[in-house]
Amino acid sequence: MGEVKLMKGNEALAEAAIRAGVDAYFGYPITPQSEVIEYLSREATKRTGMLVLQAESEVAAINMIYGAAGCGKKAMTTSSSPGISLMQEGLSYIASAELPCLLANINRGGPGLGTIQPAQGDYFQTTKGGGHGDYHLLVLAPYNVQEMADFVKLGFDLAFKYRNPVMILADGALGQMMEKVELPPQLPRENKEYPWATTGKPKNGERRIITSLHIQPEKMEEINLRLQRKYKQMEAEEVRYQTKNLEDAEYVFTAFGLVSRIALKAMDIGRQKGYKIGWIRPITLYPFPKKIYAEIAPKVKGILDIEMNAGQMVEDVMLSVQGKTRVEFYGRMGGVVPTPDEILENFEKMFIKGE
Amino acid sequence: MTHEAIFSGFGGQGVLTMGMILGYAAIFEGKEVTWMPSYGPEMRGGTANCITIVSDEMISSPIISKFDTVVALNQPSIDKFEPAVKPGGNLLYDTSTTLKPPTRSDINIYSLPAGEIAVELKNTKVLNMIMLGAFLKITNVVSIDSIWKGLASVLPERYHKLIPLNQEAFMRGYNAITLKELVKV
Repeated sequence: MGEVKLMKGNEALAEAAIRAGVDAYFGYPITPQSEVIEYLSREATKRTGMLVLQAESEVAAINMIYGAAGCGKKAMTTSSSPGISLMQEGLSYIASAELPCLLANINRGGPGLGTIQPAQGDYFQTTKGGGHGDYHLLVLAPYNVQEMADFVKLGFDLAFKYRNPVMILADGALGQMMEKVELPPQLPRENKEYPWATTGKPKNGERRIITSLHIQPEKMEEINLRLQRKYKQMEAEEVRYQTKNLEDAEYVFTAFGLVSRIALKAMDIGRQKGYKIGWIRPITLYPFPKKIYAEIAPKVKGILDIEMNAGQMVEDVMLSVQGKTRVEFYGRMGGVVPTPDEILENFEKMFIKGE
Repeated sequence: MTHEAIFSGFGGQGVLTMGMILGYAAIFEGKEVTWMPSYGPEMRGGTANCITIVSDEMISSPIISKFDTVVALNQPSIDKFEPAVKPGGNLLYDTSTTLKPPTRSDINIYSLPAGEIAVELKNTKVLNMIMLGAFLKITNVVSIDSIWKGLASVLPERYHKLIPLNQEAFMRGYNAITLKELVKV
Protein backbone atom coordinates (compact mmCIF):
# COMPACT_ATOMS: atom_id res chain seq x y z
CA MET A 1 0.00 0.00 0.00
CA GLY A 2 1.21 3.48 -0.82
CA GLU A 3 1.46 6.39 1.57
CA VAL A 4 -1.91 7.11 3.21
CA LYS A 5 -2.84 10.67 4.14
CA LEU A 6 -5.84 12.75 5.11
CA MET A 7 -6.05 15.42 2.42
CA LYS A 8 -8.31 17.96 0.80
CA GLY A 9 -9.33 17.10 -2.76
CA ASN A 10 -7.41 20.09 -4.09
CA GLU A 11 -4.26 19.09 -2.20
CA ALA A 12 -4.54 15.46 -3.30
CA LEU A 13 -4.80 16.56 -6.92
CA ALA A 14 -1.76 18.82 -6.52
CA GLU A 15 0.28 16.10 -4.79
CA ALA A 16 -0.71 13.62 -7.50
CA ALA A 17 0.48 16.09 -10.16
CA ILE A 18 3.94 16.19 -8.59
CA ARG A 19 3.99 12.39 -8.35
CA ALA A 20 2.79 11.96 -11.95
CA GLY A 21 5.93 13.75 -13.13
CA VAL A 22 4.09 16.75 -14.54
CA ASP A 23 6.45 19.25 -16.19
CA ALA A 24 4.54 22.48 -15.81
CA TYR A 25 1.58 24.07 -14.06
CA PHE A 26 0.22 27.44 -15.11
CA GLY A 27 -2.71 28.84 -13.20
CA TYR A 28 -4.47 31.67 -11.53
CA PRO A 29 -6.01 31.44 -8.06
CA ILE A 30 -9.78 31.29 -7.63
CA THR A 31 -11.93 29.88 -4.82
CA PRO A 32 -12.66 26.98 -4.33
CA GLN A 33 -9.51 25.62 -6.03
CA SER A 34 -6.75 27.97 -4.85
CA GLU A 35 -5.17 25.23 -2.70
CA VAL A 36 -3.88 23.60 -5.89
CA ILE A 37 -1.57 26.47 -6.86
CA GLU A 38 -0.73 27.15 -3.19
CA TYR A 39 0.32 23.52 -2.64
CA LEU A 40 2.28 23.32 -5.89
CA SER A 41 4.08 26.64 -5.25
CA ARG A 42 5.16 25.29 -1.88
CA GLU A 43 6.10 21.74 -2.86
CA ALA A 44 6.55 21.06 -6.56
CA THR A 45 9.66 22.83 -7.84
CA LYS A 46 11.95 21.75 -5.01
CA ARG A 47 10.88 18.12 -5.38
CA THR A 48 10.84 17.47 -9.14
CA GLY A 49 11.88 20.72 -10.78
CA MET A 50 8.34 21.10 -12.06
CA LEU A 51 7.63 24.62 -13.29
CA VAL A 52 4.86 26.34 -11.32
CA LEU A 53 3.82 29.75 -12.56
CA GLN A 54 1.03 32.06 -11.54
CA ALA A 55 -0.03 33.58 -14.85
CA GLU A 56 -1.42 37.09 -15.16
CA SER A 57 -4.84 35.67 -16.05
CA GLU A 58 -6.59 32.45 -17.00
CA VAL A 59 -6.34 33.49 -20.67
CA ALA A 60 -2.57 33.65 -20.32
CA ALA A 61 -2.46 30.37 -18.38
CA ILE A 62 -4.23 28.34 -21.07
CA ASN A 63 -2.01 29.80 -23.79
CA MET A 64 1.09 28.91 -21.75
CA ILE A 65 -0.31 25.37 -21.64
CA TYR A 66 -0.72 25.51 -25.43
CA GLY A 67 2.95 26.40 -25.76
CA ALA A 68 4.23 23.84 -23.25
CA ALA A 69 2.05 21.07 -24.72
CA GLY A 70 3.37 21.95 -28.17
CA CYS A 71 6.86 21.11 -26.87
CA GLY A 72 5.62 17.67 -25.80
CA LYS A 73 5.59 18.57 -22.10
CA LYS A 74 3.07 17.41 -19.54
CA ALA A 75 1.34 20.70 -18.78
CA MET A 76 -1.73 21.36 -16.69
CA THR A 77 -3.90 23.99 -15.11
CA THR A 78 -6.80 24.11 -12.68
CA SER A 79 -9.46 26.72 -12.11
CA SER A 80 -13.09 27.17 -11.16
CA SER A 81 -16.04 28.03 -13.36
CA PRO A 82 -15.49 31.71 -14.29
CA GLY A 83 -11.79 31.01 -14.86
CA ILE A 84 -12.56 27.97 -17.01
CA SER A 85 -14.86 30.12 -19.15
CA LEU A 86 -11.92 32.43 -19.83
CA MET A 87 -9.91 29.44 -21.08
CA GLN A 88 -12.40 28.27 -23.69
CA GLU A 89 -10.80 29.95 -26.69
CA GLY A 90 -7.45 28.41 -25.87
CA LEU A 91 -9.02 25.01 -25.35
CA SER A 92 -10.60 25.11 -28.79
CA TYR A 93 -7.19 25.92 -30.29
CA ILE A 94 -5.49 23.13 -28.35
CA ALA A 95 -8.18 20.61 -29.36
CA SER A 96 -7.83 21.67 -33.00
CA ALA A 97 -4.03 21.51 -32.88
CA GLU A 98 -4.35 18.06 -31.24
CA LEU A 99 -2.16 18.64 -28.24
CA PRO A 100 -2.32 16.81 -24.90
CA CYS A 101 -2.95 18.64 -21.63
CA LEU A 102 -4.86 18.27 -18.38
CA LEU A 103 -7.29 20.69 -16.76
CA ALA A 104 -9.42 20.50 -13.65
CA ASN A 105 -12.53 22.56 -13.08
CA ILE A 106 -13.52 22.78 -9.42
CA ASN A 107 -17.03 23.84 -10.40
CA ARG A 108 -18.73 26.57 -8.34
CA GLY A 109 -22.21 28.06 -8.50
CA GLY A 110 -23.00 30.25 -11.51
CA PRO A 111 -23.84 31.71 -13.95
CA GLY A 112 -21.66 34.80 -13.88
CA LEU A 113 -19.24 35.32 -11.03
CA GLY A 114 -21.80 33.35 -9.01
CA THR A 115 -20.83 31.89 -5.65
CA ILE A 116 -17.96 29.85 -4.22
CA GLN A 117 -20.18 26.93 -3.18
CA PRO A 118 -20.21 23.59 -5.08
CA ALA A 119 -22.22 23.19 -8.29
CA GLN A 120 -22.36 21.17 -11.51
CA GLY A 121 -23.62 23.86 -13.85
CA ASP A 122 -20.60 23.48 -16.13
CA TYR A 123 -21.59 20.02 -17.44
CA PHE A 124 -22.77 21.32 -20.82
CA GLN A 125 -19.71 23.55 -21.23
CA THR A 126 -17.37 20.70 -20.35
CA THR A 127 -18.90 17.82 -22.29
CA LYS A 128 -20.24 19.53 -25.40
CA GLY A 129 -17.17 21.50 -26.37
CA GLY A 130 -17.28 24.79 -24.50
CA GLY A 131 -15.28 26.78 -26.99
CA HIS A 132 -16.11 27.19 -30.68
CA GLY A 133 -16.09 24.47 -33.31
CA ASP A 134 -16.71 20.72 -33.32
CA TYR A 135 -14.53 19.31 -30.60
CA HIS A 136 -14.72 17.42 -27.34
CA LEU A 137 -12.67 17.26 -24.21
CA LEU A 138 -12.31 13.84 -22.63
CA VAL A 139 -14.03 14.43 -19.28
CA LEU A 140 -13.42 12.55 -16.02
CA ALA A 141 -15.74 13.03 -13.02
CA PRO A 142 -14.16 12.00 -9.68
CA TYR A 143 -16.49 11.26 -6.76
CA ASN A 144 -14.02 11.19 -3.90
CA VAL A 145 -10.63 12.53 -2.88
CA GLN A 146 -8.92 9.28 -3.95
CA GLU A 147 -10.11 9.83 -7.52
CA MET A 148 -9.06 13.50 -7.39
CA ALA A 149 -5.55 12.04 -7.03
CA ASP A 150 -5.91 9.00 -9.30
CA PHE A 151 -7.36 10.89 -12.26
CA VAL A 152 -4.25 13.05 -12.69
CA LYS A 153 -2.11 10.22 -14.06
CA LEU A 154 -5.08 8.67 -15.86
CA GLY A 155 -5.88 12.08 -17.34
CA PHE A 156 -2.37 12.54 -18.72
CA ASP A 157 -2.26 8.95 -20.05
CA LEU A 158 -5.49 9.60 -21.96
CA ALA A 159 -4.42 13.09 -23.08
CA PHE A 160 -1.23 11.69 -24.62
CA LYS A 161 -2.96 8.59 -26.04
CA TYR A 162 -5.42 10.77 -27.96
CA ARG A 163 -3.45 14.02 -28.16
CA ASN A 164 -6.51 15.73 -26.78
CA PRO A 165 -7.19 17.97 -23.77
CA VAL A 166 -8.60 16.09 -20.77
CA MET A 167 -10.75 17.80 -18.14
CA ILE A 168 -11.31 16.65 -14.58
CA LEU A 169 -14.75 18.01 -13.68
CA ALA A 170 -15.14 18.19 -9.90
CA ASP A 171 -16.89 20.69 -7.66
CA GLY A 172 -16.16 22.92 -4.69
CA ALA A 173 -17.03 20.26 -2.14
CA LEU A 174 -14.68 17.67 -3.67
CA GLY A 175 -11.96 20.32 -3.69
CA GLN A 176 -12.47 21.39 -0.09
CA MET A 177 -13.32 18.17 1.72
CA MET A 178 -10.73 15.89 3.29
CA GLU A 179 -10.66 12.13 2.99
CA LYS A 180 -8.24 9.30 3.33
CA VAL A 181 -6.17 9.03 0.19
CA GLU A 182 -3.56 6.50 -0.83
CA LEU A 183 -0.99 8.43 -2.81
CA PRO A 184 0.45 7.07 -6.06
CA PRO A 185 4.20 6.39 -6.36
CA GLN A 186 6.53 9.17 -7.49
CA LEU A 187 7.19 8.89 -11.23
CA PRO A 188 10.11 10.65 -12.89
CA ARG A 189 9.54 13.53 -15.30
CA GLU A 190 9.98 11.84 -18.64
CA ASN A 191 11.53 14.23 -21.16
CA LYS A 192 10.24 12.07 -24.02
CA GLU A 193 10.62 12.94 -27.70
CA TYR A 194 7.41 13.10 -29.69
CA PRO A 195 7.28 13.20 -33.51
CA TRP A 196 4.75 16.04 -33.36
CA ALA A 197 6.42 18.23 -30.77
CA THR A 198 8.08 21.49 -31.79
CA THR A 199 11.40 21.51 -29.97
CA GLY A 200 13.70 23.17 -32.49
CA LYS A 201 14.68 22.15 -35.99
CA PRO A 202 15.00 18.35 -36.16
CA LYS A 203 18.22 16.85 -37.59
CA ASN A 204 16.47 15.51 -40.69
CA GLY A 205 15.34 19.03 -41.51
CA GLU A 206 11.66 18.14 -41.55
CA ARG A 207 9.49 21.04 -40.40
CA ARG A 208 6.89 20.54 -37.71
CA ILE A 209 4.03 22.98 -37.56
CA ILE A 210 1.45 23.33 -34.81
CA THR A 211 -1.49 25.47 -35.84
CA SER A 212 -5.24 25.56 -35.69
CA LEU A 213 -5.51 27.82 -38.73
CA HIS A 214 -6.29 26.08 -42.04
CA ILE A 215 -7.73 28.55 -44.51
CA GLN A 216 -8.59 25.91 -47.13
CA PRO A 217 -11.98 24.42 -46.23
CA GLU A 218 -11.00 20.99 -47.65
CA LYS A 219 -8.00 20.86 -45.33
CA MET A 220 -10.15 22.04 -42.38
CA GLU A 221 -12.74 19.39 -43.14
CA GLU A 222 -10.02 16.74 -43.24
CA ILE A 223 -8.92 17.81 -39.76
CA ASN A 224 -12.52 17.71 -38.54
CA LEU A 225 -12.92 14.18 -39.92
CA ARG A 226 -9.76 13.11 -38.12
CA LEU A 227 -11.04 14.63 -34.86
CA GLN A 228 -14.36 12.87 -35.24
CA ARG A 229 -12.62 9.52 -35.84
CA LYS A 230 -10.69 10.14 -32.65
CA TYR A 231 -13.89 10.85 -30.69
CA LYS A 232 -15.42 7.64 -32.09
CA GLN A 233 -12.40 5.73 -30.85
CA MET A 234 -12.78 7.34 -27.40
CA GLU A 235 -16.42 6.30 -27.38
CA ALA A 236 -15.39 2.73 -28.18
CA GLU A 237 -12.46 2.44 -25.78
CA GLU A 238 -12.67 4.90 -22.91
CA VAL A 239 -16.18 4.71 -21.46
CA ARG A 240 -16.01 4.29 -17.69
CA TYR A 241 -18.85 4.01 -15.18
CA GLN A 242 -19.83 2.33 -11.93
CA THR A 243 -23.09 0.63 -10.94
CA LYS A 244 -24.70 -0.76 -7.79
CA ASN A 245 -27.76 -2.89 -7.12
CA LEU A 246 -28.87 -2.99 -10.76
CA GLU A 247 -29.61 -6.76 -10.60
CA ASP A 248 -33.04 -6.42 -8.96
CA ALA A 249 -33.59 -2.69 -9.52
CA GLU A 250 -37.03 -1.32 -10.31
CA TYR A 251 -35.76 2.25 -10.21
CA VAL A 252 -32.36 3.79 -10.88
CA PHE A 253 -30.74 6.83 -9.28
CA THR A 254 -28.09 8.36 -11.49
CA ALA A 255 -25.73 11.24 -10.80
CA PHE A 256 -22.08 12.17 -11.29
CA GLY A 257 -19.34 13.38 -8.97
CA LEU A 258 -20.23 14.41 -5.42
CA VAL A 259 -23.96 14.04 -6.05
CA SER A 260 -23.53 10.39 -6.99
CA ARG A 261 -22.48 9.75 -3.39
CA ILE A 262 -25.45 11.63 -1.99
CA ALA A 263 -27.62 9.56 -4.34
CA LEU A 264 -25.91 6.40 -3.06
CA LYS A 265 -26.96 7.26 0.49
CA ALA A 266 -30.48 8.09 -0.72
CA MET A 267 -30.53 4.66 -2.41
CA ASP A 268 -29.52 2.96 0.86
CA ILE A 269 -32.25 4.75 2.83
CA GLY A 270 -34.75 3.92 0.06
CA ARG A 271 -33.79 0.24 0.10
CA GLN A 272 -34.38 0.16 3.88
CA LYS A 273 -37.88 1.40 3.10
CA GLY A 274 -38.33 -1.41 0.57
CA TYR A 275 -37.81 0.43 -2.72
CA LYS A 276 -35.66 -1.55 -5.14
CA ILE A 277 -33.34 1.22 -6.24
CA GLY A 278 -30.16 0.77 -8.29
CA TRP A 279 -27.41 3.27 -9.03
CA ILE A 280 -25.36 4.36 -12.03
CA ARG A 281 -22.48 6.78 -11.89
CA PRO A 282 -20.77 7.88 -15.11
CA ILE A 283 -17.04 8.28 -14.54
CA THR A 284 -16.35 9.55 -18.05
CA LEU A 285 -18.88 12.30 -18.83
CA TYR A 286 -17.48 12.43 -22.35
CA PRO A 287 -17.55 9.77 -23.74
CA PHE A 288 -20.88 9.24 -21.99
CA PRO A 289 -21.75 5.64 -20.95
CA LYS A 290 -24.83 5.45 -23.18
CA LYS A 291 -24.94 1.66 -23.35
CA ILE A 292 -25.54 0.92 -19.68
CA TYR A 293 -28.55 3.27 -19.66
CA ALA A 294 -29.92 1.74 -22.87
CA GLU A 295 -29.55 -1.75 -21.38
CA ILE A 296 -31.20 -0.99 -18.04
CA ALA A 297 -34.02 1.21 -19.42
CA PRO A 298 -36.46 -1.54 -20.52
CA LYS A 299 -35.96 -3.38 -17.20
CA VAL A 300 -36.93 -0.58 -14.81
CA LYS A 301 -39.94 1.62 -14.02
CA GLY A 302 -37.92 4.80 -14.14
CA ILE A 303 -34.66 6.68 -13.73
CA LEU A 304 -34.19 9.65 -11.42
CA ASP A 305 -31.27 11.86 -12.45
CA ILE A 306 -29.94 14.15 -9.71
CA GLU A 307 -27.58 17.06 -10.34
CA MET A 308 -26.43 20.35 -8.87
CA ASN A 309 -27.76 22.28 -11.86
CA ALA A 310 -31.04 22.78 -13.74
CA GLY A 311 -30.80 19.45 -15.61
CA GLN A 312 -27.84 18.95 -17.92
CA MET A 313 -26.58 15.34 -17.80
CA VAL A 314 -30.24 14.31 -17.83
CA GLU A 315 -30.30 15.19 -21.54
CA ASP A 316 -27.60 12.59 -22.20
CA VAL A 317 -29.49 10.07 -20.08
CA MET A 318 -32.65 10.71 -22.11
CA LEU A 319 -30.76 10.38 -25.39
CA SER A 320 -29.32 7.10 -24.14
CA VAL A 321 -32.61 5.50 -23.03
CA GLN A 322 -34.42 6.60 -26.22
CA GLY A 323 -37.79 6.82 -24.46
CA LYS A 324 -37.60 3.22 -23.20
CA THR A 325 -38.29 4.28 -19.60
CA ARG A 326 -39.47 7.30 -17.68
CA VAL A 327 -36.69 9.76 -16.82
CA GLU A 328 -37.20 12.39 -14.13
CA PHE A 329 -34.87 15.05 -12.84
CA TYR A 330 -34.22 16.60 -9.45
CA GLY A 331 -31.65 19.34 -8.96
CA ARG A 332 -30.50 22.19 -6.79
CA MET A 333 -28.67 25.19 -8.22
CA GLY A 334 -26.43 28.10 -7.39
CA GLY A 335 -24.24 26.31 -4.86
CA VAL A 336 -26.96 24.50 -2.89
CA VAL A 337 -26.23 20.81 -2.28
CA PRO A 338 -29.16 18.38 -2.06
CA THR A 339 -29.33 16.02 0.94
CA PRO A 340 -30.05 12.27 0.78
CA ASP A 341 -33.43 12.73 2.52
CA GLU A 342 -34.41 15.42 0.07
CA ILE A 343 -33.57 13.18 -2.91
CA LEU A 344 -35.58 10.27 -1.52
CA GLU A 345 -38.54 12.52 -0.70
CA ASN A 346 -38.62 13.77 -4.28
CA PHE A 347 -38.24 10.25 -5.62
CA GLU A 348 -41.30 9.20 -3.60
CA LYS A 349 -43.23 12.22 -4.83
CA MET A 350 -42.40 11.49 -8.47
CA PHE A 351 -42.43 7.71 -8.67
CA ILE A 352 -44.25 6.19 -5.69
CA LYS A 353 -47.11 8.51 -4.76
CA GLY A 354 -47.75 9.35 -8.40
CA GLU A 355 -48.11 5.70 -9.42
CA MET B 1 -19.92 1.04 12.47
CA THR B 2 -20.48 4.53 11.07
CA HIS B 3 -20.54 7.68 13.17
CA GLU B 4 -21.85 10.90 11.64
CA ALA B 5 -20.89 14.00 13.61
CA ILE B 6 -20.89 17.75 13.14
CA PHE B 7 -18.69 20.21 15.01
CA SER B 8 -20.06 23.74 14.98
CA GLY B 9 -19.13 27.09 16.49
CA PHE B 10 -17.81 30.56 15.71
CA GLY B 11 -15.04 30.89 13.13
CA GLY B 12 -11.75 30.88 15.06
CA GLN B 13 -12.89 28.53 17.84
CA GLY B 14 -11.15 25.64 16.14
CA VAL B 15 -14.15 23.54 15.13
CA LEU B 16 -12.57 22.57 11.80
CA THR B 17 -9.49 21.42 13.70
CA MET B 18 -11.62 19.21 15.99
CA GLY B 19 -12.90 17.33 12.97
CA MET B 20 -9.41 17.13 11.49
CA ILE B 21 -7.89 15.62 14.65
CA LEU B 22 -10.70 13.07 14.80
CA GLY B 23 -10.23 12.37 11.09
CA TYR B 24 -6.49 11.72 11.42
CA ALA B 25 -7.09 9.58 14.51
CA ALA B 26 -9.54 7.47 12.50
CA ILE B 27 -7.18 6.86 9.58
CA PHE B 28 -4.51 5.72 12.05
CA GLU B 29 -7.02 3.03 12.99
CA GLY B 30 -7.52 2.10 9.32
CA LYS B 31 -11.01 3.59 9.23
CA GLU B 32 -12.61 5.60 6.45
CA VAL B 33 -13.07 9.34 7.01
CA THR B 34 -14.85 12.20 5.34
CA TRP B 35 -14.33 15.74 6.60
CA MET B 36 -16.54 18.32 4.95
CA PRO B 37 -16.07 21.94 6.06
CA SER B 38 -18.36 24.86 5.55
CA TYR B 39 -16.06 27.07 3.50
CA GLY B 40 -18.16 30.10 2.75
CA PRO B 41 -18.10 33.62 4.17
CA GLU B 42 -18.87 32.11 7.61
CA MET B 43 -15.13 31.39 7.92
CA ARG B 44 -14.71 35.11 8.61
CA GLY B 45 -16.41 35.28 12.00
CA GLY B 46 -19.81 33.71 11.41
CA THR B 47 -20.78 30.16 12.29
CA ALA B 48 -18.35 27.57 10.95
CA ASN B 49 -18.86 23.84 11.00
CA CYS B 50 -17.49 20.60 9.69
CA ILE B 51 -19.25 17.32 9.13
CA THR B 52 -16.93 14.47 10.10
CA ILE B 53 -17.95 10.92 9.29
CA VAL B 54 -15.94 7.97 10.58
CA SER B 55 -16.74 4.49 9.36
CA ASP B 56 -15.42 0.95 8.98
CA GLU B 57 -16.94 0.90 5.49
CA MET B 58 -16.89 3.11 2.41
CA ILE B 59 -18.66 6.39 3.20
CA SER B 60 -21.37 7.39 0.76
CA SER B 61 -22.65 10.93 1.13
CA PRO B 62 -20.24 13.38 2.79
CA ILE B 63 -23.15 15.79 3.09
CA ILE B 64 -25.92 14.78 5.47
CA SER B 65 -28.71 16.52 7.33
CA LYS B 66 -29.08 14.22 10.38
CA PHE B 67 -26.29 13.50 12.84
CA ASP B 68 -25.42 10.90 15.44
CA THR B 69 -23.66 13.59 17.42
CA VAL B 70 -23.80 17.38 17.30
CA VAL B 71 -21.05 19.28 19.11
CA ALA B 72 -22.11 22.91 19.58
CA LEU B 73 -19.58 25.50 20.73
CA ASN B 74 -22.00 28.45 20.69
CA GLN B 75 -25.69 29.29 20.98
CA PRO B 76 -26.36 29.69 17.23
CA SER B 77 -25.03 26.16 16.71
CA ILE B 78 -27.39 24.72 19.36
CA ASP B 79 -30.31 26.58 17.78
CA LYS B 80 -29.38 25.44 14.28
CA PHE B 81 -28.43 21.81 14.89
CA GLU B 82 -30.58 20.62 17.80
CA PRO B 83 -33.32 19.62 15.32
CA ALA B 84 -30.69 17.78 13.22
CA VAL B 85 -29.75 15.21 15.89
CA LYS B 86 -31.08 11.75 15.01
CA PRO B 87 -33.53 10.42 17.59
CA GLY B 88 -31.39 8.62 20.18
CA GLY B 89 -28.34 10.65 19.10
CA ASN B 90 -26.20 13.01 21.15
CA LEU B 91 -26.04 16.78 21.56
CA LEU B 92 -22.98 18.12 23.37
CA TYR B 93 -22.72 21.80 24.26
CA ASP B 94 -20.71 24.28 26.31
CA THR B 95 -22.73 25.74 29.20
CA SER B 96 -20.33 28.71 29.53
CA THR B 97 -21.87 30.57 26.60
CA THR B 98 -25.37 29.12 26.51
CA LEU B 99 -28.42 31.15 27.44
CA LYS B 100 -31.03 28.85 25.91
CA PRO B 101 -30.19 25.17 26.52
CA PRO B 102 -31.50 22.43 24.24
CA THR B 103 -34.83 20.88 25.17
CA ARG B 104 -35.43 17.72 23.12
CA SER B 105 -36.28 14.65 25.18
CA ASP B 106 -35.60 12.03 22.49
CA ILE B 107 -31.85 12.67 22.39
CA ASN B 108 -28.98 12.38 24.87
CA ILE B 109 -27.96 15.85 25.97
CA TYR B 110 -24.52 16.35 27.51
CA SER B 111 -22.94 19.58 28.64
CA LEU B 112 -19.87 20.91 30.40
CA PRO B 113 -18.52 24.37 31.31
CA ALA B 114 -15.78 24.18 28.66
CA GLY B 115 -15.22 27.94 28.59
CA GLU B 116 -14.60 28.00 32.35
CA ILE B 117 -12.25 25.01 32.17
CA ALA B 118 -10.31 26.81 29.41
CA VAL B 119 -9.96 29.86 31.68
CA GLU B 120 -8.69 27.59 34.48
CA LEU B 121 -6.11 26.24 32.04
CA LYS B 122 -5.20 29.86 31.23
CA ASN B 123 -5.66 29.34 27.51
CA THR B 124 -9.02 29.89 25.84
CA LYS B 125 -7.65 28.48 22.57
CA VAL B 126 -7.88 24.94 23.96
CA LEU B 127 -11.69 25.14 24.25
CA ASN B 128 -11.97 22.91 21.18
CA MET B 129 -9.78 20.22 22.75
CA ILE B 130 -11.89 20.24 25.91
CA MET B 131 -15.00 19.72 23.80
CA LEU B 132 -13.26 17.04 21.72
CA GLY B 133 -12.39 15.16 24.92
CA ALA B 134 -16.03 15.27 25.98
CA PHE B 135 -17.07 14.13 22.49
CA LEU B 136 -14.79 11.11 22.65
CA LYS B 137 -16.04 10.08 26.10
CA ILE B 138 -19.60 10.06 24.75
CA THR B 139 -18.96 8.44 21.37
CA ASN B 140 -15.82 6.35 21.87
CA VAL B 141 -15.32 6.28 18.07
CA VAL B 142 -11.51 6.08 18.28
CA SER B 143 -8.98 5.45 21.05
CA ILE B 144 -7.35 8.24 23.04
CA ASP B 145 -3.97 7.06 21.73
CA SER B 146 -5.14 7.65 18.18
CA ILE B 147 -6.30 11.15 19.18
CA TRP B 148 -2.75 11.90 20.39
CA LYS B 149 -1.42 10.76 16.99
CA GLY B 150 -4.07 12.86 15.26
CA LEU B 151 -3.13 15.88 17.34
CA ALA B 152 0.54 15.52 16.41
CA SER B 153 -0.41 15.28 12.73
CA VAL B 154 -2.65 18.34 12.70
CA LEU B 155 -0.53 20.61 14.87
CA PRO B 156 2.39 22.08 12.87
CA GLU B 157 5.73 20.92 14.28
CA ARG B 158 6.67 24.38 15.56
CA TYR B 159 3.70 24.16 17.94
CA HIS B 160 4.44 20.66 19.22
CA LYS B 161 5.55 22.15 22.54
CA LEU B 162 1.84 22.82 23.07
CA ILE B 163 0.90 19.13 22.84
CA PRO B 164 0.92 18.54 26.63
CA LEU B 165 -1.40 21.51 27.20
CA ASN B 166 -3.77 20.23 24.50
CA GLN B 167 -3.70 16.75 25.99
CA GLU B 168 -4.50 18.14 29.43
CA ALA B 169 -7.40 20.13 28.00
CA PHE B 170 -8.67 17.05 26.19
CA MET B 171 -8.56 14.94 29.37
CA ARG B 172 -10.31 17.66 31.38
CA GLY B 173 -13.17 17.54 28.88
CA TYR B 174 -13.10 13.75 28.77
CA ASN B 175 -13.36 13.49 32.56
CA ALA B 176 -16.01 16.20 32.86
CA ILE B 177 -18.57 13.93 31.25
CA THR B 178 -20.44 11.31 33.21
CA LEU B 179 -22.15 8.86 30.91
CA LYS B 180 -25.80 8.44 31.66
CA GLU B 181 -28.49 6.01 30.75
CA LEU B 182 -29.32 6.51 27.07
CA VAL B 183 -32.76 7.74 26.08
CA LYS B 184 -35.06 5.14 24.64
CA VAL B 185 -36.45 5.82 21.18
